[in-house]
Amino acid sequence: MSAILAPTAVAAAPIREAGPWQRAWRRLRRRRAALLGLVVVLLFILLAVFAPWIAPQDPIAASWAAIRKAPGPDHWFGTDDIGRDVFSRVIWGTRASLLAGVISVSISLLIGVPLGMAAGFLGGGVDAVISRVTDAFLACPFLILAIALAAFLGPSLTNAMIAIGVSAAPVFVRLSRGQVLSVKVEDYVEAARAVGNSPLRIALRHILPNITAPLIVQATLAIAAAVIAEASLSFLGLGQQPPAPSWGSMLNTAKNYVDNAPWMAISPGVSIFLLVLSFNLLGDGLRDAMDPRQR
Amino acid sequence: MFAFLVRRIASLFPTLVLVSMLIFGLQQLLPGDPAKILAGEDQDPQVVAYLRTKLHLDQPLPMRYAYWVGGVVRGDLGESTRNQEPVLKLIAQKLPVTAELALLAMTIALLIGIPAGIVSAVGRGGAWDYLANGFALWGLSTPNFWLGILMIMLFSVQLGWLPASGYVSPFEDLGENLRSMIMPAFVLGNAIAAVLMRHTRSAMLQVLSADYVRTARAKGLDERTVVIKHALRNALTPIITLGALELGTLLSGAVLTEQVFTIPGFGKLIVDSVFNRDYLVVQGVVLVTATAYMTLNLLADLAYFLVNPRLRY
Repeated sequence: MSAILAPTAVAAAPIREAGPWQRAWRRLRRRRAALLGLVVVLLFILLAVFAPWIAPQDPIAASWAAIRKAPGPDHWFGTDDIGRDVFSRVIWGTRASLLAGVISVSISLLIGVPLGMAAGFLGGGVDAVISRVTDAFLACPFLILAIALAAFLGPSLTNAMIAIGVSAAPVFVRLSRGQVLSVKVEDYVEAARAVGNSPLRIALRHILPNITAPLIVQATLAIAAAVIAEASLSFLGLGQQPPAPSWGSMLNTAKNYVDNAPWMAISPGVSIFLLVLSFNLLGDGLRDAMDPRQR
Repeated sequence: MFAFLVRRIASLFPTLVLVSMLIFGLQQLLPGDPAKILAGEDQDPQVVAYLRTKLHLDQPLPMRYAYWVGGVVRGDLGESTRNQEPVLKLIAQKLPVTAELALLAMTIALLIGIPAGIVSAVGRGGAWDYLANGFALWGLSTPNFWLGILMIMLFSVQLGWLPASGYVSPFEDLGENLRSMIMPAFVLGNAIAAVLMRHTRSAMLQVLSADYVRTARAKGLDERTVVIKHALRNALTPIITLGALELGTLLSGAVLTEQVFTIPGFGKLIVDSVFNRDYLVVQGVVLVTATAYMTLNLLADLAYFLVNPRLRY
């Protein structure tokens, strides 16, 4: 009898409903590839933060006695064309790549989300103008626009981040606009309007929290693209300027020594690959965990 | 069909006008006097004065735009400040090289991406699916300039099979041309193949669970006919639409690939112009690239229209 009653007793106990973020985290935890991506990203963040303590040598100190030395106990990843320790430069290069990834995407979000929300929420002429300008930006291939912007702004890591951020912003305008259009017809938005909330309050308190999930997914994948874009601009000489270390500029130098110092090209390339792969794995996992259409 | 075509082409014009404004606006980002910057390092006062008059820099901004866009419409994109050649002529010289590279890269991407997507969808959850997904992640996460360097190390330095750099015109020696283009084309096609694989996989998965595919199987058709004739033909529509978005990746990727393999194309022209501070050439290349990208997207839309008979009625 007690066995029959037990489930009723359990059912009667108050059930704590998990919030959407908790449910997303639970789903994410079940995806091993996404967790691996998250762990590797965290490791890269630690490398970037603690670079001065982890890097065994000064990343910009040239040593004429150690030019193009193969990997060994003194220099784990070898040395470059002017005798700098490649391992130390790869660790310091993490800073440029992560900074570029995060700051460029923040710029894209800061430009794209308000404009996209304004277009979707206000509609009419505002929507028409913002959408047409977005179309114009999207008509220029991403990297070509970033190269042109970086060229006119002048070559530096800061300008490369601005160029990448501005070039990637239209994607966020489109995404936010589309999300707002689908959310603004929901009953809770109507209810918020009916009780007299101002349009700004409705946009910030009722719409923005409900479009955050797809924005986070897109931002994670955009960081992967921004890391590659920064490496590409630095490879072309439009990003981080020498002697400061960056994976892209290291590969630019390495391409001149493929026959006699191939190690110069291996570790910066593997680092870009690992970081981008991790953000892609994390982004894919987040999409599966947070996008309602995938459930 | 005709009405659709007219509407689609007409929709290009407002975007083109805004693109031209955007590209013209780039010049406003230059710090200081554009005439002095465009005149190069010497800043010869005569050249500065000439540029100021030629580019109408003493006129208000809207007038300058009107002069510039008027020139563009007549095919005059200005002159290179480096060698005084018309920008359009420089672009026309380089365009066939990049077009060949892009065509080869797209062919490689289609040859790898679509079969990999089909195999992955048909064998969902199996070894081939994992292998194809692994390939897609590799393609999406590998910077193409690094892949280029790795391929030079293997095929040029270690094995000595292919030239590390340079370009031979196909009209001079087709065999040598293909030998010099195969590595860059593979490098450029690799990332696009990964994206095409993902699109093909998801489109095929959707189609393979459709009723008409079940009917085709129930009729006793062999699996190959079901997959190729019934499923793939219907899956092609989303593949074309989404694949068209990759044309931008193709044009962007060409800049880096041409730089790694020293191919004298469009991408190399823009990078060289950036370092020579030949800003009119940079503007010209971006304008032509954006126009080419929009035109290619238009062609993709037409292809979409042609492969989807439902849209024609």
